[in-house]
Amino acid sequence: MTAGGAKTILRYGRLLGVQVRMSAVTAMQYRSDFVVRGFVTALWMSVTLLPLFVVFGARQTVAGWSFPEALVVVGWFTLVRAVLEGGVSPSLTAVVEHVRRGTLDFVLLKPADAQFLVSTAKFEPWRIIDVLGALGIFVYAFAHLGRWPGPKELLLGVVFLVLAIIVLYSFWILVVSAAFWVVKVDNLSYLFQSLFDAGRWPITIFKGALYYLFTFVFPLALMTTYPALALLGRLSARNAALAWLGGLAFAAIARAIWGRALRMYTSASS
Amino acid sequence: MNAAATSPAAAPAPPPAAERLRHAARAFPTLFRVGLAEIVAYRAEFVVWILTTNMPLVMLAIWHAVAAEGPVGRFDQREFTAYYLGVLAVRLLTSTWVVWQMSMEIRDGTLSSRLLRPVHPVFAYAAQHLAGVPMRAIVVSPILAIMIAAAGDRLALHDPALMGIFAASLMGAWLLIFFTMVLVGALAFFVESAVAVFELWLAVHAVFSGYLIPLEALPSWIGRTAAVLPLRFMLGFPVEVLIGLMAPAAALRQLAVQWGYVLVLFACAMLVWRAGVRRFAAFGG
Repeated sequence: MTAGGAKTILRYGRLLGVQVRMSAVTAMQYRSDFVVRGFVTALWMSVTLLPLFVVFGARQTVAGWSFPEALVVVGWFTLVRAVLEGGVSPSLTAVVEHVRRGTLDFVLLKPADAQFLVSTAKFEPWRIIDVLGALGIFVYAFAHLGRWPGPKELLLGVVFLVLAIIVLYSFWILVVSAAFWVVKVDNLSYLFQSLFDAGRWPITIFKGALYYLFTFVFPLALMTTYPALALLGRLSARNAALAWLGGLAFAAIARAIWGRALRMYTSASS
Repeated sequence: MNAAATSPAAAPAPPPAAERLRHAARAFPTLFRVGLAEIVAYRAEFVVWILTTNMPLVMLAIWHAVAAEGPVGRFDQREFTAYYLGVLAVRLLTSTWVVWQMSMEIRDGTLSSRLLRPVHPVFAYAAQHLAGVPMRAIVVSPILAIMIAAAGDRLALHDPALMGIFAASLMGAWLLIFFTMVLVGALAFFVESAVAVFELWLAVHAVFSGYLIPLEALPSWIGRTAAVLPLRFMLGFPVEVLIGLMAPAAALRQLAVQWGYVLVLFACAMLVWRAGVRRFAAFGG
């Protein structure tokens, strides 16, 4: 790597640090919120788990998934949702507001990559509660299974967490890009979240149209089922490679569309 | 702000209740037309809102996979199809986004202009959101057609008494949800984040209304709790009547309970609203 490249990365690393610190400071101002949010999170987690308990109360296995294996998928779902709602959607929701008001100008004027700036503008640190919940679910699930993932599975799991975040983020960028065309996009984000909710189920439970929708169009499979398979040691090398290839292609397309959307943007004043 | 428009005690000459009712009734068609025009103007948003209600379809897919080997309790695959399509239809017909509208208007102060008008704001909201119902019915009709094609024999279509009860329960459900949403929305007068309260509500609603899972498939303690809560009457009850899970006599009794809840929630919502408007008046000046 050239010295210039290293310097750029260092600079963006520092920028990220500043942005995270700003979010943390803002969040600390609303400490009582932390308690309320913690409560809401715990409640939602039980609502997430309830259908699983009911379904596996009626059957030992569903579409080849046992209860603890399906729990691993729910663990991933919780983890990825924590990343989504703590690190991705707050910033990108703010972009929509920028576009609507025309204040995106101020971001575009800054001497840094616009996509980077808008994507790191806001974090919600209290989502760490979700991460802890996800870890709890993993521990419970593997204790139930009676075997623990080895270092290879753990490493593969982390690799797939990265992929899940890339895909998730790319999808959000696509949703936000839509804001440049249709402006009122906040309910698109609700649509996104409602579709994402289906990710708590192993993808193979779905048949026909839904299976294709959640694998290729809205790749939920890449976000929760594949990482879970990786952690369970059930993912073949070929499928893993294909998943990464697909995920990266998706990210490249999203970035290209974001670029086109930016060129479309005209603020209120221009 | 001018509280006179809503609290007749402060008005110089309070018109009699019958007079005010007649006024409101005369304003209704116009308010309804305004609401309809708004939906037509924001049709893309409307469609996105409709698509957001996709959980029943996902749950249907799950239960289909589960029931492939054999029925779960009283539910086989076709019964699940009838149930979840019914949930989807009733939910689409009865939901409103009045809570977002209210908390936004209270926060940014646009409520003031509503308070000035000679029609009670809650009535105006109701008229505006009722205007959504015909549009929603258009969306719901293909779902009903699929429902009849896929599981027509499970529906209570042949029983006029049950269908009558279903229609009444649908109206009750709309009112129940509307007044609950007004109640939650009016909390924006008192707390910063009425929408956070709404999120809490969504979680509770998903479980106890039968939205996620048919109440009789749930663990019995949840089923017993749900039986006394009003949530079930917003969704699960009309659906159970529609798909013939309930005998006419029992359904009629439950209908009475539902409308009782409508009255209770109406009273609660109006109380909170009134107390809130008084506070709002003090702040907005």
